[in-house]
Amino acid sequence: MKKIVHYINQFYAGIGGEDKADHKPEVREGHVGPGMAFAQALKDEASIVATVVCGDSYFNENIDSALPEVLDMIKSHNPDLVIVGPAFNAGRYGMACGAVAKGVSETLGIPVVGGLYPENPGADMYKRYGYFLETGNSAAGMRKAVAAMSSLALKLLRGEEIGSPEAEGYIPKGIRKNYFAKERGSKRAVDMLLAKIKGESFTTEYPMPVFDRVDPAPAVKDITKAKIALVSSGGPVPKGNPDRIESSSATKYGKYSLEGINDFTSANGETAHGGYDPVYANEDLDRVLPVDVLREMAANGEIGSLHEYWYATVGNGTSVANSKKFAAEIAQDLLAAGVDAVILTST
Amino acid sequence: MVKEIESTGLPIVHMCTVVPISLTVGANRIVPTVAIPHPLGNPALSQEDEKELRRKLVRKALMALETEVDGQTVFDQ
Repeated sequence: MKKIVHYINQFYAGIGGEDKADHKPEVREGHVGPGMAFAQALKDEASIVATVVCGDSYFNENIDSALPEVLDMIKSHNPDLVIVGPAFNAGRYGMACGAVAKGVSETLGIPVVGGLYPENPGADMYKRYGYFLETGNSAAGMRKAVAAMSSLALKLLRGEEIGSPEAEGYIPKGIRKNYFAKERGSKRAVDMLLAKIKGESFTTEYPMPVFDRVDPAPAVKDITKAKIALVSSGGPVPKGNPDRIESSSATKYGKYSLEGINDFTSANGETAHGGYDPVYANEDLDRVLPVDVLREMAANGEIGSLHEYWYATVGNGTSVANSKKFAAEIAQDLLAAGVDAVILTST
Repeated sequence: MVKEIESTGLPIVHMCTVVPISLTVGANRIVPTVAIPHPLGNPALSQEDEKELRRKLVRKALMALETEVDGQTVFDQ
């Protein structure tokens, strides 16, 4: 029977939520949490011999030490394959799964199967280091993810050929594979062109990469004259969260007046973000939105002024489309208010 | 969000703890921060020391805004 090691976070291991996200790496015998569903799907062909668990914050904040530790735990069980996640659209969990996949494929040379929502930042960064099945954006897609991941894992363990990303359902790894086509290239190209002219659909054989980059804006000439604005995806809101910004998958942002606020305390600010332990932000929101020091700097002339409003949303699982929409509106507001530069904080 | 705001020509600095995410999404000026639940603070320090830490990080962000960059730059010095 083939051996599999499974990597999961503190939440899926049942250790706890964000208050336990600083949990250090540990290894347990056999399957844990979602591992049970994998064990059932893998039947008697493969078994999860061990599960490595690490808190999402701990992993991302200490990646240089956490990754080797996790890899040692995996290696000590001599697996034939490693399963990571699925992490759906959980950013830090996805980044951890991706980093583990990269580490495993580079140091152990065995295949990795994972599951990610395509917008998870871990997908873009680590897709070439494993087979990441495309999942839904939340754990509601667990059953489907487990079935798809298990079936691909078994194919890999049996040494069967893995088909194209479309056929198998994994996120394209950016690998080109030679094959013999029925017709030569010139014929295929002309067929595509004719289809295009007729307004019919066709599939390109060489999709152009999407360069989703923005040129850096020019630097601020004189910061002591500049009007600085604060924006945050860490969910900093006035006490009571007046706009009821959602703790995850936010559908809105808030614009809030800084009038009368020189320093955040537990009485005037809190975080709406459900993706990290809120204790520290609720105690002193300056830890997410540094209003106290910027007020000082505006007073002593280190900056020109602080824009009288701040803008906040929750970046936890929020779609790229919504984030773009919020930021486009915020940017117009900033420009209209004569803001010169922006500090955006993220948690 | 960083890209969308920067695309209007406004200089923007991203202060965040998980720098690889910021690099992946395409921020151009990045200042690494303390920890995910308290990027601009450290509850283990005294109030004065914590504020001084925050002051230093914000000064670094202001310095980043005053610096011309021609691509993604992490201000970690």
